[in-house]
Order: sequence, then C-alpha cells, then structure tokens
Amino acid sequence: MIKLIIDGVAVEVEKGTSILDAARSVNIKIPTLCHDDRLKPSGACRICGVEIEGSSELQASCTTPAREGMVVRTQSDRIRASRKQLLELIWEDHPNECLSCQKAGECELQDLCYDYGVEAEGFAPLKVRTPLEDSNPFYTFDKDKCILCGKCVRVCEELQGESAIHFVQRGHETAISHPFEKGMAYSTCVSCGNCVEVCPTAALMPKTEEKFRVWDIDKKVRTTCSYCGVGCQLDLVVKDNKVVRVDAARDGENEGMLCVKGKFGYSFLSHEDRLTTPLIREGDGFREASWDEALDLVADRMTGIYKAHGSEAFAAFASARCTNEDNYVLQKMVRGIFKTNNIDHCARL
Amino acid sequence: MDQKHSVLEMDYIRKQERIALKNCGLIDPERIEEYIRYDGYQALAKAILQLGPEGVIEEVEASGLRGRGGAGFPTGRKWRSGYLAKGNEKFIICNADEGDPGAFMDRSILEGDPHSVIEAMTIAAFAIGATKGFIYVRAEYPIAVKRLQIAIDQAHEMGFLGSDIFGSGFGFDIELRLGAGAFVCGEAKALIASIEGKRGMPTPKPPRTNDKGLWSKPTILNNVETFANIPPIIRNGAGWYAAIGSEKSKGTKVFALGGKINRTGLVEIPIGTPLREVIFDIGGGIPGGKKFKAVQTGGPSGGCIPTEHLDVKIDYESLQDIGSMMGSGGMIVMDEDNCMVDIARFFLEFSVEESCGKCTPCREGTKKMLGILEKITSGEGVMSDLDDLERLGQIIKDTSLCGLGKTAPNPVLSTLKYFRDEYEAHVKDKTCPAGVCKALLQYTITDKCIGCGICKTVCPVSCITGNKKEKHVIDPSACIRCGACQEACPVDAIIKR
Repeated sequence: MIKLIIDGVAVEVEKGTSILDAARSVNIKIPTLCHDDRLKPSGACRICGVEIEGSSELQASCTTPAREGMVVRTQSDRIRASRKQLLELIWEDHPNECLSCQKAGECELQDLCYDYGVEAEGFAPLKVRTPLEDSNPFYTFDKDKCILCGKCVRVCEELQGESAIHFVQRGHETAISHPFEKGMAYSTCVSCGNCVEVCPTAALMPKTEEKFRVWDIDKKVRTTCSYCGVGCQLDLVVKDNKVVRVDAARDGENEGMLCVKGKFGYSFLSHEDRLTTPLIREGDGFREASWDEALDLVADRMTGIYKAHGSEAFAAFASARCTNEDNYVLQKMVRGIFKTNNIDHCARL
Repeated sequence: MDQKHSVLEMDYIRKQERIALKNCGLIDPERIEEYIRYDGYQALAKAILQLGPEGVIEEVEASGLRGRGGAGFPTGRKWRSGYLAKGNEKFIICNADEGDPGAFMDRSILEGDPHSVIEAMTIAAFAIGATKGFIYVRAEYPIAVKRLQIAIDQAHEMGFLGSDIFGSGFGFDIELRLGAGAFVCGEAKALIASIEGKRGMPTPKPPRTNDKGLWSKPTILNNVETFANIPPIIRNGAGWYAAIGSEKSKGTKVFALGGKINRTGLVEIPIGTPLREVIFDIGGGIPGGKKFKAVQTGGPSGGCIPTEHLDVKIDYESLQDIGSMMGSGGMIVMDEDNCMVDIARFFLEFSVEESCGKCTPCREGTKKMLGILEKITSGEGVMSDLDDLERLGQIIKDTSLCGLGKTAPNPVLSTLKYFRDEYEAHVKDKTCPAGVCKALLQYTITDKCIGCGICKTVCPVSCITGNKKEKHVIDPSACIRCGACQEACPVDAIIKR
C-alpha cells in the first residue's frame, strides 16, 4: 500500500492507483473531460492537472500514479487559472448554441464552464458551421461540438472492439472520423451507440423522435433489456409517459455497454400496433381478454390435445430473447408435463 | 584564401572536434570495407569479446554521454535500466526522424556513415540483451534510407548482424521503418506507436519505454547522433571521451549552423564552447557587416538568445537557463534585418501545424497564440495581447502532454523576454523596426524622385500618382506593400519604413 497526502488528507491506496482515483477514494473531486474508469487513461484534456510538491509542472492526475509520500494539491489559484484557460480554449472553438442544444443541462463542458466561470461573451461564434453528419440511422455527429476527448474512439476500440472511428488530420484540424470519410453509415460501425453514451458534449447524439431536455424528463426507469438473455441493465428515459431515450446503466453487468437493439430499438414500446393485452380469436377477428382468461384457455386446449393425441403432439422452441430461467422453466414444462423431449432453442440453429 | 595556409588551419575546421562526424565525407558510405579500414566494427568486437554487457554499460556510463536528441538524458543510465528490465524480448530503436526545420545533423551521419549507427545499435543490443532493432527514419531522406539498407545488407554478409555474431551466440537484426512526415513522431512514444502501425500520438508516461516500449516490451531508444558516439567511446575508452566537454556534459555536439552567417554548415564542437566562438570564429560572423541580433537554438522547441548571453558556454543546462534549449542541434543566426516577432510567429506556426491534436493546450493553445502573433504583425495588436501571450505560453508549458507542447511556446516566450521592445514597437508605434512585417511597412517616395513614372506603371494596384517630371506620391491606404515600385525605381527614391 502507498501512503500520500491529498489536500491535507492522508490517503492510502494500492500501488499503481492514479492520483485521480486516490483522490476519489476520499471524496475529493477532480474535474475531467476525457477520463472513463473503464478505459485506459489518455491524458488528453489536461483539465485534471494537480500540483505535486517537488514538481514544477502541473501533472495530469488521471495518468500520474500515486507514489509514497507524495503531497498533492487539487485546488489552488494556479490550478483554477489553468483549468479556466483550458476550458476557454475549448469553448472558443465550440458553437455558442447552448440555448438550442438538446444536451444542455447534462453537458459536461457546459457544467465545467459554469463551475470555472467561463464567460460566453467575447468569443466570436463559428463563422461556418460544419454540416451535421447524419448518415447513420441511429445517431448524429456534430464535428463542431466535438472537444476531441477521444472517449468515443477508445470505447469503440477498447470495449466494443470495432475500431470504426479514429482521429484524422493533425493539429487544430484534428477531427474524429472513419476510413475514407464516406459517412458513418458506410463505415464498419455497428451502431452500438456506446460512443454516443460516453460523449461529454452534443457531438454524438442519438436521433430522438422528439425534442426534450434533461429537465423535461419525468423519470428514469431501470429495466432489463428484453432483446436477449444477457440481462443488460438500462434506464428508460421517460417523458409524458413515453420512452424518449435509453441510457445504458453503469452499475449493471453490462457496465454501461449496450448493442444497437438495446440502445436504439425502443420505438416499438409506444407503437400503435403493439399488443398491450392478450387477444382471443373469435370468428374472423380478435377480442381483447384478460391474462387469466387467456391462460385458462391455453391450459384447457393443451390438456385437451394431450388427452386426445398424447405427448408426441407437442413441441416447443425456446427463444434467446428469454432469460436462462425462462428457458429452464419451458423445458421443465415440456419434459415434465407434456412428457416429451421435443424441445429446441433458436441459438442452436 | 591565402595559399600558404592549409584548410585545416581555418578556424572553421581547427575549432571543431569531429567524433560523431568523424567519417562523414571521408569514406564511401556504401562500402563496408572503408568503414572497417577506419576502425569500423572494432568497438563491437571489443564489446562482445572483451567487455561483456555490464562492461559496455559501465563504459557508456563513465563516458558521461547524454542523449543528443535534445533532452540530454544520460545514455548509460538508460542502457542500464534496459539491461535490468525484465522481459523475454527487448528492442533497440534508433530515432532518425529528424524534423527540426534547418537541422540535418542526423541526415549527414545516416548518409555519410551509416555503419556507425548500425555498429552502435548492435553494441546497445548486446548490452541490454535485445534481439531486434528498428531504425525509424523519415521517408524524406531517401538517400539515407538507401544507404542504411545497403549497410544493413553488408553487415549481414560480413556477420556483424544476424545470428551468432563473432561466434558469441549473440544474434541481432535491424529493420528500417519509414516515417510519414509527422514531427511529433520524433517523440519516443509517438514514434513507437507509429512503428506499431498506429497513429503517431504520444501516450502518457509512465510507463517509460525502458520498461514498456515497443509492443509493451523493454525498449531502448536513442537518437542517431547519440549512437554515432558509441563506437569511438568503446574503442578509445570512457576516460578519453569524458576528458572532452564541460563539467556536466561530456563529449561533442553537432550543430547545423545557418541563417545570417558567413560559413554555414555542420559544426561539431566540444560541449562547453561559448556561443560567441561558434558564431564568430567557426561561423565567421555576420555577412555584410550587419549587426548580430540573436541566435535561435533548439528549433521550434528552442528560444532566441540575445547578444548579452553570447558568452554562455553551450550545454544542456546553460541553454535552458536562458530560455532556450540544446535541442537536436539547429542553430540559426539572426541579424538586424530579422524581426523577432516574425521569427517567433514562424516557429510557432510550425508547432501549430505539427501538433498531433491530442491534448487541449497544444492543439488549441498554440493556435490561439499564433492568432495573437498574427494580429500583432498585422498592426492590430494591443498591449494586453503581450500579457495574454505570456500567460497562455506558461499554461501551455505547464499542462501539455508531451515535449512538443511543453516547449512550443519557447520561441515566443524567449523573444518576449529579450526583445519586448520590438513587440511594443509593433503594438504601440505600429512599426516593424526590422522592416519585415509587411502590414506595418510604408513605402514613401523621397525628394530624389525624378518623376519618370516607372513606379506608376509597375504598381499593380495603381496607387501611385504624379505628373511627369514631378515628385510622385503613394497612397498608403491603397498600397499593398508589394515592393514592386521600390525595385523598379532607377534612382532609389522609394524607401520603406
């Protein structure tokens, strides 16, 4: 274990822990724009700089490991001045559009600029706006709002394993793009949306059916994704009793990751064709029924078939969209009640 | 030149001490026999057959050799950490991505004496236990690339590379990797990323390359000139080398002397030689009887040194103390006709274009500084701009991720420190004392005018008026300061101020 002092507080951490994590372990918050616990530290934004006794330059706390006897300061006039300056440099290149931006209220850049007193005045708005890259059906990319934190690139490479996007150009022209720059829709992107999830600004935004901002949200409902049996946890963002966005839950087994279906495939929830109650066939049409009535009917018919034709009249196909437990119960019913081995699963095909 | 004097008696030659450049220009670099004739590969034989790995490292440590890429890290200490690093595979990399504008020290060694680098890399590999080496050379050096490949092939044929070198069981091989023209790839971590096939961007330290370098294996990376010093050190002994140079920095350093100087070219001098000696004795002073103004060392990462510091003895620390740096060895001399604001703008522009774009201060900050400098050179500067430059420069130095960003403000900060009056002249008086910044110049026709009208005909924007045989007048608001009138005037009646 390593002992160090951060803002006068004695901290003990394991060898290899960054100063940032050491500070967080004693509830000292250091602002960052490019850090994500799940990704390799990159040290790109330089916002998290701290003073270390004996070192003449500020050190990025996300990439500097804690060392025995270190004395660290996370707040000082010099640190505040440098953070404010870095934010001003980022802000100067950013469209002054917070009034109309859907990310307002949950934008990390906006929050930090507020914390550090960056004024919007005095900066000329961008003269020419780069057109929105919206070739992908699920999300848009606004180059001008990108602050090049690189989280999208790293999540795509390190966690999703696609490496569909990367940096292009050099210096001030640096941008996030993809091979041959023909549009995201023509890249190797699998539209998982994990880049959208980590974007600190509105550079990567989900295509939502309706406009809303964070304060319009009524509630977030934690649920398990219904598309497959993995059990990804997600938060349904609800406004006016309608799901308007899906957020990946960091504290679920999926650790903030989702696939294209879980992240973007939610419009069926409020689709008019969606069945919300069991239907029983009558003549040429259907009539609505209660669950009890519907289940009784199914049980009756099955019992009848079993009596008339025996076990071999039954077969069941389980679904990968069901959980392990559901599939277990289904085969239990087929084997134990229908007394047949006629059961199979779509994942075996 | 006086026929009675030998060329060797010229100050330009006499005051130099050639170790790294020893063979350059003397041997045919495409013939290994000539290298061998001048003691080539004897150091490798001595290292393998006599000294052993620890002996080599002790020798390099005792020599006091420091990294010639500019940072000046003790080479022996670097090798020892490579020797001690645990790993089943280790690498040696030669950084031949020389990128400073006007610097061509490494190029001369690669083109003139490629075997010295190959021999040194093999010695380094033997010392730390590496089996594979890479030379990362810029593609803009096609002759160097060609000669290095010839040298590698010849060394293979002679058994200086390959398996079982000198029957010792030690094997080593070298491959070339071509850089694609990014300045930042001279930075160790970016260079390694580039060899790995990734985008050349620096990653944070730690881990250091000694422990986790190429493909996360222990890697020792040295600059071309550092390597070129190794064979003579091993051959002649550390004591011989340590006797040359200053107290803290041993040996010699090659500089690419250029700019407003009588004798330009590569000069190799013992470290500790005063700047004045290099510029006025070796370089022969300023041409045309003009006044010396400043010398820029360290390229885009360095600073401008004024007359008052000319007696500084060149070494890593002394140059840093006066706001510049040794760097890889660029040395550009400036006279009274150079505008220091414009020089700062030139070097900063280079850094702005070559920033990899990863970290905020280097990507955004240098661009912002450049914008302010352009504002000043175009006559729209205000006094608070100078404070902004200083503040921004400090923060960029303080917060950047790699050496490129940390040193990019140096040309601006050092000129602000030593030539603040020139900045103030641009801002307050809206004049460029050196007569360089076009927007601040004014062309005027003096009484010498004979009214011939030639200026009127060459002026591309027709801003000159006047009757035949009468004095003509330039309208400064329409003038684009192209200088065509001044060139055309037969009686030198037009002056710029």
